[in-house]
Amino acid sequence: MSKFKGWLYLLPALLFLGIFMIYPLIDVIIYSFEENFNFASQTYSGTGLFNFRYVLRDPYFLRAVKNTFIIVIITVPLSTGIALLISLALNSIKALKELFQTVYFLPYVTNTLAVGLVFMILFKKTAYSDGLINLLIKFFGGNSVDFIEGPYWAKLFVMCFYTIWIVLPFKILILTSALASVNPDYYKAARVDGTSRLRIFTRITLPMISPMIFYLVITGFIGAFKAYSDEVAIFGSNLNAAGMNTIVGYVYDMLYGDSGGYPSYASAASLILFAIVFTITVVNLMVSRKTAIR
Amino acid sequence: MKVVLQNLTKRFPNRNKKIREDVIAVNNFNFEIPDGKLIGLLGPSGCGKSTTLNLISGLEKPSEGKVFFGDDDVTDVTPENRGVGLVFQNYALYPHLTVKQNIMFPLENLKGKDKLSKEVMEQKALEAAKLVQIDQLMDRRPGELSGGQQQRVAIARALVKMPRVLLLDEPLSNLDARLRLQTREEIKRIQLETGITTVFVTHDQEEAMSISDLIVVMKDGIFQQMGKPQDVYDHPVNMFVAKFLGTPAINMFEACVKDGFLYFGEEKILPVPGIKDGEVYAGIRPEGFVLDENGPLSCDLKAVEVMGRDTSIVCRNPSCMTENIRVIVNSDRALNSLSGKVRFSVKPAKLHIFDKTTEVTLEREGV
Repeated sequence: MSKFKGWLYLLPALLFLGIFMIYPLIDVIIYSFEENFNFASQTYSGTGLFNFRYVLRDPYFLRAVKNTFIIVIITVPLSTGIALLISLALNSIKALKELFQTVYFLPYVTNTLAVGLVFMILFKKTAYSDGLINLLIKFFGGNSVDFIEGPYWAKLFVMCFYTIWIVLPFKILILTSALASVNPDYYKAARVDGTSRLRIFTRITLPMISPMIFYLVITGFIGAFKAYSDEVAIFGSNLNAAGMNTIVGYVYDMLYGDSGGYPSYASAASLILFAIVFTITVVNLMVSRKTAIR
Repeated sequence: MKVVLQNLTKRFPNRNKKIREDVIAVNNFNFEIPDGKLIGLLGPSGCGKSTTLNLISGLEKPSEGKVFFGDDDVTDVTPENRGVGLVFQNYALYPHLTVKQNIMFPLENLKGKDKLSKEVMEQKALEAAKLVQIDQLMDRRPGELSGGQQQRVAIARALVKMPRVLLLDEPLSNLDARLRLQTREEIKRIQLETGITTVFVTHDQEEAMSISDLIVVMKDGIFQQMGKPQDVYDHPVNMFVAKFLGTPAINMFEACVKDGFLYFGEEKILPVPGIKDGEVYAGIRPEGFVLDENGPLSCDLKAVEVMGRDTSIVCRNPSCMTENIRVIVNSDRALNSLSGKVRFSVKPAKLHIFDKTTEVTLEREGV
């Protein structure tokens, strides 16, 4: 009876999870092995690994993988590092601390469209203006660069800049609270022992907040691999034309883009993304468990 | 190394910003801690004990006054250059480092000509660990140790640089009763072996009295009395000290002095030569009562608690300022009945008389 009761309580959650998560997941796996699956007619021409072969040879997909990896490798360490520096600074000042905390948290509560507009003003070349950054570059005697429709590195720069800026507030929030929760007695003990500031940071602060840093790195990796909307906000919806597509962007294009209507390729691509994220997360967890404090 | 506090004062701005007046945590302290002694700083919570300790360690800067270690004025010297070892109430052991790494941590901070080789550091860490008897636990982490073991590690870490002064902040408060007894003997032993001047803070008078060479009693940031534990217990300078020391606490009575005699109401207790007539407070230690059928003090018997060696008698008297009087007598002197009246005489040495307004002890002749 009590066993039955337990399952009864679990039923609503299981029902929703089953319908909206487990079933679609299984469906995606099935689609990815069915060739030329068509939504409208619910037909397919055969089964096998053809979809994976196609996706892995598609230059657009390879481009998307390359972009995604670059974004991940640049933005995750940089944003975590910058967030740590800012949090340390915030933690060590007394005056205006709340003001700065609010300022750093603003991007988190600001509408994405508004943020996109700000980046336009900063970077976009129009008939009337070269954008604020270009004005600055010119002021220091450089040549103006088209960041939105110009060379690949310029676009990548804007992309990474934007991604880092957008994820910073959350990381700062987590890290400042992690820093604040370190027992001040550790720092007092270190002071009595004459510990240098660098050593206090590397031997006390960093190990103490390492669980939070690992949390941020892991979620940061996952988030960056799923990058898509930020790219659209800057480069518009035709990411392939801009050469700035990401894996999730590729999946979306395959499903709904102009060329749209290829659920099989989309499923295969998303499964490949899943495999990548899964592998990297497992590696992350293994590293963090090895170094974590007991 | 003797420690001298001179006019030491510490003021903190009031937390409540509407009140402009500062909070005075330590008010004009003047005393000298002799070299190589174990000193207990004793007082109720919030009396400024820990602040005093922090002023000695250098973690807090005094608002006024000076701190001397020996003849050196260390008032403006940073904690690391004072040569102090500090043990925190919660031990503050680094949880991600092993016992050995924790003990070696202060040594690894040494720079320049003081820098030690790895072998010397390990040797010193081992010596410190042996002193506190944790040398077989060197590779454990603090989380894998009991409270008492963590305490020892913290002491070893504080001792490894051979400080001039060892400071302990409520060293026993995080331990259970049995371990507390053991650890306080341990602290005494370590202090005797090293001969380092040691100051420890506690709110537990029993703890302070049992191991200190000298105790310092404070209240609300004000120095009350310093002396050997037994002396302070036997000759408290005022009512606060008398009430704070001793368990069970001293029994306080409203009394008056007439023609050289002490009266509780109509009961003529005993002669108190040298004290002027008038109303006073009288305090009698629990062990200061003697069962005596012809004794002057008559009480209503409420309860008798047999505790093996001693018997505790709970009784009442209208003059007593608290509801119950607690009396400790030797168990051989059994009571005949468990109710009705009981009479006591009072040991003169266990009686203290205080001025009714200043609460200062009034000196008697011949005590």
